Amino acid sequence: MPHALILLRRLALIALLLGLGTRLARAEMILVSNEKDNTITVLDAASLKVIKTVPVGARPRGIVLSNDGKKLYICTSDADHIEVLDLKTLTVTQTLPSNPDPELFALSPDGKTLYISNENDSMVSVLDIPASHIETEIPTGVEPEGMAVSPDGKTIVNTSETTSMAHFIDAATHKMVASVLVGSRPRFAAFNKDGSLVWVSSEVGGSVAVIDVASHKVLHTITFAIPGVPKEAIQAVGIALSADGRYAFIALGPANRVAVVDAKTYAVEKYLLVGQRVWHMAFSPDQKTLYTVNGISNDMSVIDVPDLKVTKSVPVGQLPWGVVVAP
Amino acid sequence: MQRGGNGLRSAFAVMLFVLLAWRPAGAQAPAGGAVTIVYLALAQHRSYPETYLDQPAADEGIQGARLAIADDNTTGRFTGQNFRLQEAIAPDEAGVIAAFQAALAAGQRDFVTDLPAPLLLRVADLGQAAGATLIDATDTDDSLRGADCRRDVLHVLPSRAMLADALMQYLVVKNWRHIMLVTGKTAGDALYAQAIRTAAHKFLVSIVADKPWTFNPAAQQADTGHFEVNTEVAKLTEGYNYDVLVVADEADDFGDELSYRGFTPRPVAGTQGLTPTAWSRVYDEIASTQLQARFLHQAKRWMSDRDYGAWLAVRAFGEAATRSASTDAAAIAAYLHSPAFTLAGYKGPPLSFRPWDGQLRQPVLLVDTRSLVSVSPQPGFLHQFYETDTLGVDQPESTCHMH
Repeated sequence: MPHALILLRRLALIALLLGLGTRLARAEMILVSNEKDNTITVLDAASLKVIKTVPVGARPRGIVLSNDGKKLYICTSDADHIEVLDLKTLTVTQTLPSNPDPELFALSPDGKTLYISNENDSMVSVLDIPASHIETEIPTGVEPEGMAVSPDGKTIVNTSETTSMAHFIDAATHKMVASVLVGSRPRFAAFNKDGSLVWVSSEVGGSVAVIDVASHKVLHTITFAIPGVPKEAIQAVGIALSADGRYAFIALGPANRVAVVDAKTYAVEKYLLVGQRVWHMAFSPDQKTLYTVNGISNDMSVIDVPDLKVTKSVPVGQLPWGVVVAP
Repeated sequence: MQRGGNGLRSAFAVMLFVLLAWRPAGAQAPAGGAVTIVYLALAQHRSYPETYLDQPAADEGIQGARLAIADDNTTGRFTGQNFRLQEAIAPDEAGVIAAFQAALAAGQRDFVTDLPAPLLLRVADLGQAAGATLIDATDTDDSLRGADCRRDVLHVLPSRAMLADALMQYLVVKNWRHIMLVTGKTAGDALYAQAIRTAAHKFLVSIVADKPWTFNPAAQQADTGHFEVNTEVAKLTEGYNYDVLVVADEADDFGDELSYRGFTPRPVAGTQGLTPTAWSRVYDEIASTQLQARFLHQAKRWMSDRDYGAWLAVRAFGEAATRSASTDAAAIAAYLHSPAFTLAGYKGPPLSFRPWDGQLRQPVLLVDTRSLVSVSPQPGFLHQFYETDTLGVDQPESTCHMH
């Protein structure tokens, strides 16, 4: 009897562990690239506990989820290629070519093409993912960084940091159709939901340009002023646009704050204090939570979107750069 | 051999044709035109007697200007502006003056200079009437930003006062508030030492001993010379209680020989040891890796502070032309002097010119030969307008009266 009981307990425990295991594998995960220690930190979104720290190639920066949500593409900049992290096994299962120094990339809506910024050689590389082949290279400005693809997949935007421009590229012909001068060192580009506008952040300019896609004109330039923070410390980097079109969240780098901007009037509503040198951000799939990664404090801040409050900070790896949430 | 040469030549011709014919469709050309930037330099043979291992390169400075002109032209490709670098490097003062006058006569007004202070002032006074703008790429002299300032001369490298303040702020943060100062024989050493004294006074660091270095600089090169140097440094430093030995030795005559040889085990800072500088090969933060990599690829050597100064100067002209959408020298000069002008210099904050003395405000690196130690201004040193204005001479103290 006692033996049977123990056996039953053991079985129950195993069943529980198995159940937990499958639940964990299916649960929402947060993935953070850590530029200095060459890892991806994988966290469980519900508990904010680290599930695994995955070693990857040198200097992981830009990360993006595959369309089916099963893989994470990683720009391992100093390894000069892209690594593919399988989200079921949490291991790197494949590498893809990228040309030298891939920093940031954007995925086409059909999930088949990656447009990659090659920071050191002033090129945008076009990667055919299924064929694992670089289709072409598009010459662009010096130090290309920000990449975005329009929701219809027809327009690519690339920002070049030293040239201080947002370059509009036709996705079909790979030809540059316009180059728009923005504030100094543009870092990131994001299309709004209907694809009519592109938001471009400028790190050294400390501003965000909202560009009309049809006319290639800057409609509005958003600037920031935080009491007690010197103007020099305000450097716009990451942009996260809420799906409902209500808010734009702008990460302000060494100002250690995220600006909450009304996406319609462009008025800054609030500044949220997060970790040090806040870089990129990602929404949870339900849009109720925004995660920011903070390069100097080596942590991730958790923002409650409906309340516009910072609720938690969670330690991650060294010099966290990018963040993605996998449903 | 012959065939190979031809093949190479025709390949080059094709490349050239492609480069010339290729004009991006995206180029908006509201401000077409060309800007010629003249790099005016006095060729000086510089050598470091002590660290003969790392001699200054003969093309120091000009390589930075060449890289910047390529960067300017990448932007120009999209805006329709074309930038050209004219290299005017003369072996003597008369040659520099002649080259400057010839360039003025040819209509050039945008100059980047690598000249010693007295020669820079002669050139500036000649150019003033013509409306020339000079960006001084390599001088650290405080008088050029003070009593001898000129409205049309801008300075991109940190002055000695800024370097000294950057070091003192760090010593204060570490609570190393007692220093011993050792000064070499050159005029530059005296000015560096004076900047250290002023900065120490400003940041309440006390100088417990202030001594000249009088030892024969050739002695250490004799066989067994290291015994003599060791004894000399121990003798010089005996009897003083200090935290850091600060050295003023701009020519690298002896500064590297102070470490490990003092009477007490104290670190060395200043022109050697922990050094405040605008740029260093050890620096890889704030995307500077990209600039370091581009420079290394072009010049096949590391970027020095003088290369960085020349890069900043040529980029400043390029940025002003891009942002003012003009290639006219007067419009470029007006934009450089306007509060709207900022430059990205891989230091984090935007860099801009102080209107009161023409100095480019910027963070200053604190490095040793192998690592980045810190970047000043140090956290906690606050300023009403710009934290970087805690380094160097601020407006109320300025002795520059440009008007």
